[in-house]
Amino acid sequence: MLPFLNLFGVAIAFPPLVLILGIWLGANLSEKHAAKHGISGDQIFNLIFTGLAAYIVGGRLSYAAQHPSAFSDNLLSIFSRNFGLFDPLGGFVIGLIAIVIYGQRKKLAAWQTLDAITPALAVVLLALPLANLASGEAFGAVSELPWAIELWGATRHPVQLYEALAAGLILWQIWPGRIQKGETAGLEFLRLLSYSAFARLLFEGFRGSSVAVSSLNLRVAQLAAWLTLAGALWLYHSRKTRPEVKNGKS
Amino acid sequence: MDKLSSKQFFAAAIVTLLLGLAWIGVSAQLPGTAANSGIPAPQAGFQAPDFTLPTQDGTEIALSDLEGQAVLVNVWASWCSPCRQEMPAMERIYQEYQAEGFVILAVNAANQDNRADAVAFIEEYGFSFPILYDVDGYVSEQYQVRALPSSFFILPDGSIQEVVIGGPMAEALLQTRVETLLEEVN
Repeated sequence: MLPFLNLFGVAIAFPPLVLILGIWLGANLSEKHAAKHGISGDQIFNLIFTGLAAYIVGGRLSYAAQHPSAFSDNLLSIFSRNFGLFDPLGGFVIGLIAIVIYGQRKKLAAWQTLDAITPALAVVLLALPLANLASGEAFGAVSELPWAIELWGATRHPVQLYEALAAGLILWQIWPGRIQKGETAGLEFLRLLSYSAFARLLFEGFRGSSVAVSSLNLRVAQLAAWLTLAGALWLYHSRKTRPEVKNGKS
Repeated sequence: MDKLSSKQFFAAAIVTLLLGLAWIGVSAQLPGTAANSGIPAPQAGFQAPDFTLPTQDGTEIALSDLEGQAVLVNVWASWCSPCRQEMPAMERIYQEYQAEGFVILAVNAANQDNRADAVAFIEEYGFSFPILYDVDGYVSEQYQVRALPSSFFILPDGSIQEVVIGGPMAEALLQTRVETLLEEVN
């Protein structure tokens, strides 16, 4: 665990730094390879940061809308630096809407755009478990395996490492340089979605902090991952067998 | 995925999904989730490590004595600027919600603070919630405090609902978290 970096006597939260670095590296990777999908690097960079800005602003506004009494006496709290005053789901929905609006205004084709942002998503999916490893969150279940790590009063599955290794393999597998010329648009994104859903389905089983359906004790994230995997495989198969639009053409 | 024929892909997908369903069932039985482990640790979902500390007048207060109430354990020091900024907001929230069963334990990291400075700060603002002195750093060690302020929102059953590291906490954040805690009390 490395939750803080002490630099010149100032404690800096390390996990958010890992995430920010991941977003920056991912955005640069997508920008560099966007032309393969018939989209300019600038458009991809702007798309990512439009979505990110909308996610941050939308998440805060959504939280404020859900807790108006907490902000009514002190409106300036809307600009607070507290991460806790944030609704991730609301931010995600608003970020997605912003991305769709930006894409439509710039007349970006959906599947090519998804392919173009795939490298960025893959890098962020690698940064996320590394950030969790640094903060100690999303920890593993108790285990006595030789490679178990000491965390939160017990030896546990290093599930963040499992997830980071899987995300590293996935990134290698979908690396932009490996893309086949003339491949049907959307397959690169659907590969990332399938692999990532499979990894989540597998490694969530080793987590010690899963949210579970109380009556059946099934893990919600695994159920969501299974449905995502099924949908992604179906879409992959249907696009693969009925190719319509190739990458590099809009 | 790319090298498989349509039939092979379909068969592999079905097998993967069936194995996935089986794994969901099997892994649901694995023990050791945070909620049922009962291990004391300074992390959301775990039991808050217990402690007993003295106030300025020597009265001892134990965290375990406050079971059934919503508790905010805030570790602070007088030299810590964000700590000083958030404590007046904590006082306002304490005044508003203490009648409903909300308690603040403001733990002064006395092993890295000057007692006279801490007392002067408390007297300047007239805080009414208990101020405890962690002279030997026991709480800082048990709660793995690596930055000040560090705040731990504790549910009536003694489990930690949320950890907020750093500050200052906005009054809006305090209010929403305390209201969530109090839903469990009432």
